[in-house]
Amino acid sequence: MSDARTEMLSRIRTALGTSTPEPAPVPREYRSAGEHAAGSAEVLEVLVDRLVDYKAHVHRVTAADLPELLAELLAPGPGADPGRSAEGQVVGSSSDRSSDILPAGREAEVARARSSVVVPPGIEPAWLAGLADVEVLTDSREAPLSAVELDGTDAVVTAARVAVAETGTIVLDGEPDQGRRAISLVPDVHVCVVRTDQVVQTVPEAVRLLDADPGRPLTWISGPSATSDIELDRVEGVHGPRTLHVALVS
Amino acid sequence: MPDWEALRDAGSAIKADVLARLPELLEELERNVSARGGVVHWARDAAEANRIVADLVRAKETDEVVKVKSMATQEIGLNEALAEEGIAAVETDLAELIVQLADDMPSHILVPAIHRNRTEIRDIFLERMGDAPPDLTDVPRELAMAARAHLRRKFLSAKVAISGANFAVADTGTLAVVESEGNGRMCLTLPETLITVMGIEKLVPTYRDLEVFLQLLPRSSTGERMNPYTSMWTGVTPGDGPQEFHLVLLDNGRTKVLADEAGRSALHCIRCSACLNVCPVYERVGGHTYGSVYPGPIGAILTPQLTGEKSDLPYASTLCGACYEVCPVKIDIPSILVELRAREVELGGASPDTADRVWKAAMKAASFAMADGARFRRAARLPRVLRAISRHGVIRRLPFPGSLWTRSRDLPEPPKQTFHDWWAGREDER
Ligand code: SF4
Repeated sequence: MSDARTEMLSRIRTALGTSTPEPAPVPREYRSAGEHAAGSAEVLEVLVDRLVDYKAHVHRVTAADLPELLAELLAPGPGADPGRSAEGQVVGSSSDRSSDILPAGREAEVARARSSVVVPPGIEPAWLAGLADVEVLTDSREAPLSAVELDGTDAVVTAARVAVAETGTIVLDGEPDQGRRAISLVPDVHVCVVRTDQVVQTVPEAVRLLDADPGRPLTWISGPSATSDIELDRVEGVHGPRTLHVALVS
Repeated sequence: MPDWEALRDAGSAIKADVLARLPELLEELERNVSARGGVVHWARDAAEANRIVADLVRAKETDEVVKVKSMATQEIGLNEALAEEGIAAVETDLAELIVQLADDMPSHILVPAIHRNRTEIRDIFLERMGDAPPDLTDVPRELAMAARAHLRRKFLSAKVAISGANFAVADTGTLAVVESEGNGRMCLTLPETLITVMGIEKLVPTYRDLEVFLQLLPRSSTGERMNPYTSMWTGVTPGDGPQEFHLVLLDNGRTKVLADEAGRSALHCIRCSACLNVCPVYERVGGHTYGSVYPGPIGAILTPQLTGEKSDLPYASTLCGACYEVCPVKIDIPSILVELRAREVELGGASPDTADRVWKAAMKAASFAMADGARFRRAARLPRVLRAISRHGVIRRLPFPGSLWTRSRDLPEPPKQTFHDWWAGREDER
């Protein structure tokens, strides 16, 4: 297709021709950073507010309490939403649970004695120390689970690269503690562990950080998926995990 | 958003810079995508792009591909071209799926199934989806879950996915897709092969520029702080996601638009659809009337420029200026419309048999807006509109209900005032 290439480039040069607009400098008067430091109380409060708004379940824990939280969230039990067993820690709204919207026939699947969770290869082993009756599957680039296997897995636990408070966004960059993009996409429950010092206020702060390794595959997550396509009525959890738990670890 | 205007200024300047340096930036993009294991193809027109994609799909020995909504592939009629080769392209955006199942034409960039009500959608699913639960009701949530289950099977088995791109970063080779439903992530992640078709104007020079557009696009598009999912990838990541990546760079008339000094800024468009949402003409006549993939104010300037054909679309406007006010990249649509109209007049005017259709619709729309000043002012004010389409459930109050698409029956009586009266009156109200 080098013909097409040559011709398109020459068409463009001809089109610009004599009238080439002067490449003017780009004004960047917008905020390149917020007024609050990463991980500050103000920033965390905003992030939690946004996540709750997006129907994510937020849990604020210390590092020491994280294994216990994960054990509760991932424990096999009644209902598809492990958040149910984390009473008292759920800051987010749990009224609009995805378990209410399972198509007929799926309910039977969730009352199993044993549940399964997929984790990336670089996950901190201590996080999983409290799990009981949970089958832990490790997925890696070298030894990936198939999409069908992931589809048969109940949940996924990952770390995160950075979070943006103002937009309620968590960014995953595919490093070993976050894993392949498929693992945080196919299982129905995503438990994402975010350290408070990873939370920045604004989008430009996050982009600056990510710009250090621009080749990494990124997933920006701002709440479970959604559609307004049917009579503009909002429905959450179209594809991807219908339940998003965010463990905010200080 | 305290720095909205500053972001618009930056967005507009970045896009102007892109057009000014387009050849170098495209070459830079090509270099970087190739360096990361991607393959870049160049397509002068729709036929060439379709040929490239069809050949790539056939080489994978599959007769079904999954697709994430893309204006570019719609513009080139990719699905139809693939169908001719015996390849089924499955649309995976909910609205596109509905439209595809219904064998219909999208009416709105952002919410293509806006003219279908829930009962119609249920009937379409039951009749055409094959695996819809027989007791499916018309509750939107249930309909969405039926689509989830239906599409999940497709995602898990698809070998090839086809997408568009919202942005391509020249200095890193990174592509970005901004979405809501998660079908984009599915398509961009699970299949072995990914083919992305992208208009040459979708470039941004640097990775840093994403910080501008990732703030502008969601707010203009759906009024959200951030859309639920954004995916970015650079060529091929070994062991993660598609192991074969093709990027098709599409001209298809874009260089014609570029050659037009007065109209080239139409190529700044990031397809947010904000201009549609505030346009009193679009509100009144709906997307189908424009007879184009690109409806509304941006369609009225972009379509005639892309095709280079005589068109009555530049008349489908009251020149109220609302589109310019909301455009996140500050495209001065009204001025371009005026310019295009002037040219039509020079050429002897739009063809009389078809011109009347859009012109009359536009005039009726003017009378409609005029009949209710408050309604018009509402349409022209961005914050209100954005609030109306925010996450908080007031979304149904958007001023274009599905019942709108009743062009032959529901249009109001002919104007009682002339356009000029209306225009003057509007000026007074300000
Ligand atoms: S012209 Fe501007 S407002 Fe309209 S869709 Fe394009 S970017 Fe959005």
